[in-house]
Amino acid sequence: MTGRREGSPFSGLSTVALKEAADHMNSARIHLVMLLVLLTAIGSVYAAIGQIKATIGEDQFLFLRLFTTAQEPLPSFVSFLGFLIPLVAIALGFDAINGEYSRRTLSRVLSQPIYRDALLTGKFLGGLIVIAICLLTLWLLVTGLGIVLLGLPPSGEEIARELAFLFASFVYAGVWLAVAMAFSTLVKSPATSALCALTLWLVFTVFWPMLAPLVAGAIAPVDLLDPMTAVHQIAVQQGLSRISPNVLYGEATLALLNPATRSLGLLFPSQLSGALMGAPLPLSASLGLVWPQIAGMIAALIVLFTIAYVSFQRQEIRA
Amino acid sequence: MSAIEAPVIEATGLTKRYGRFTAVDGIDLAIGKGEVFGLLGPNGSGKTTTILLLLGLTEPSAGEIRVLGLDPLRKPLSVKRRVGYLPDQIGFYDHLSAVENLAYTARLAGLASPEAGKRIAEALERVRLSDVRDRRVSTYSRGMRQRLGLAEVLVKGSEIAILDEPTSGLDPQSTQELLDLIRELAADGVTIVLSSHLLSMMQSLCDRVALFRRGRIGLIGKVADLTADVLGGTHVVEVEASGVDLPAVLAGAPHVSAVTPLKGGRWRVDADADVRADIARRVVNASGALSEMTIRQSSLDEVYVRFFEGEDHDRAA
Ligand SMILES: Nc1ncnc2c1ncn2[C@@H]1O[C@H](COP(=O)(O)OP(=O)(O)OP(=O)(O)O)[C@@H](O)[C@H]1O
Ligand SMILES: [Mg+2]
Repeated sequence: MTGRREGSPFSGLSTVALKEAADHMNSARIHLVMLLVLLTAIGSVYAAIGQIKATIGEDQFLFLRLFTTAQEPLPSFVSFLGFLIPLVAIALGFDAINGEYSRRTLSRVLSQPIYRDALLTGKFLGGLIVIAICLLTLWLLVTGLGIVLLGLPPSGEEIARELAFLFASFVYAGVWLAVAMAFSTLVKSPATSALCALTLWLVFTVFWPMLAPLVAGAIAPVDLLDPMTAVHQIAVQQGLSRISPNVLYGEATLALLNPATRSLGLLFPSQLSGALMGAPLPLSASLGLVWPQIAGMIAALIVLFTIAYVSFQRQEIRA
Repeated sequence: MSAIEAPVIEATGLTKRYGRFTAVDGIDLAIGKGEVFGLLGPNGSGKTTTILLLLGLTEPSAGEIRVLGLDPLRKPLSVKRRVGYLPDQIGFYDHLSAVENLAYTARLAGLASPEAGKRIAEALERVRLSDVRDRRVSTYSRGMRQRLGLAEVLVKGSEIAILDEPTSGLDPQSTQELLDLIRELAADGVTIVLSSHLLSMMQSLCDRVALFRRGRIGLIGKVADLTADVLGGTHVVEVEASGVDLPAVLAGAPHVSAVTPLKGGRWRVDADADVRADIARRVVNASGALSEMTIRQSSLDEVYVRFFEGEDHDRAA
């Protein structure tokens, strides 16, 4: 733009972030979504406990089962989170910028000595603060529930794995918050941007798992005479499905909460040599396994935030 | 244009294009410290765009701006710290109270909170919103929001206040109070730039005005000078007389610049002084009968109407 800019691009950042966080905490919209999350979380954990109790004493990672056990007809806690976290993030961010336009507050705020950077980043941080608080509360609640109902505390490694899982959930929520905020700068009407974000959410949760195999079949057809083509197709399919942050998150939680997970892709016999089937991986190995997934989500978050940033910088204040 | 010494706002060749449409077309402007400067012109003539350019809220396509000696594009924070702005379409966070809204912008402006609290209370008192200060802004009427916007400018306590249509939505009493407020601010040495369509108010308030036409400044100067330039006089005398041909009688009379016939044996005389005595003498000397004579100052309304005469009103498309 115009060479070096004066002052810090982040003056006013904390003011904006704190105000946004406070607004969210007081908004009926967020209360509603949080209530939904809480109820499903408690429901799924409670259902899981019934099943887990039977295996007390046999399982080294009993506490982690709280998160991953599904008891028909309820899905597990983690699949609930994978499904609901995007909803929370979208509710937090879908009208971040276009809401300021439609309330006509933008020119008033930007005539204060702050840069647009501070407003956008502050809103993003405000959303992240709320997400962090919610995830922590949820985790404490589930852990507390587990201690009370199972009658034993989680081990150190379990806590470490849960915290890693919380971080992955946080990044995953950040991706969807960035999606929502990007739509809120690109689309003028809050209702439309909410619809856009929800459509994307639906595509990734419902249609993508069906679409990826079809597209992979078209891109890399299997030649019955060449077994490597089958492997190739699966690789393509996996690559495609990993475009969805939901898949990345699912893989990350799988490896973190299920220590027996040895690989997130195809498993070849060579990788299994010397391994005891079902033996848990040490935490560091699990972290190494999910690192690409987490890094991928962080990259997506940065790209989406940059899109929002660039489009917001160019916008006329009257639109 | 008379040279302004040490202008606080200076624009040269300022241009703003939206695509192929030129909203502001090479304007030159200099506003002195402590001046009350009015921006006038029909809808869409570029007043708001000019204001946004001065604040650095939109980037000019060409031209130079200096506000308090600074370029709003290179030193946006310093400029915005020292300039208060009341936007034309004002909005607030509806779920917050008046005080909370003002406290937020005060924090953004970098005011420490005890000082901000004091200023907010004073400002709300001044715009008569103290009674409803803790009510959500969603319950406010249009005019109350406008006054809250003014309070925000007061809280900021800036050296320059730029008010875009501050009177829109205000009741007569509030308009009068706004006038007093602007006069007080001006007396304190605050430079005020305001746009409004209330011409009589602008005439009584502004030291100088600029008339915008199609993104350019058509006229700029003191109201008295403009009336003299456009209408040929600062005074208007309406004369009702019979038995004389007034234009002939007044031919060559000092101060008189124009005589135009009106309906029913009346004339309108434009002059740059009070010429009633002279007119009376001349009519009587020409053995005419003078039945009525009224005088008034030429108003900005007339300048405005004359200036935009024959103008295609809806030029935008
Ligand atoms: N973002 C934009 N894109 C395209 N044209 C614009 C944009 N903003 C303003 N304009 C045009 O610029 C012109 C000047 O608008 P501006 O708001 O400055 O007028 P104004 O003098 O303030 O009018 P009013 O008295 O109605 O407030 C108008 O014709 C308007 O349509
Ligand atoms: Mg305007």
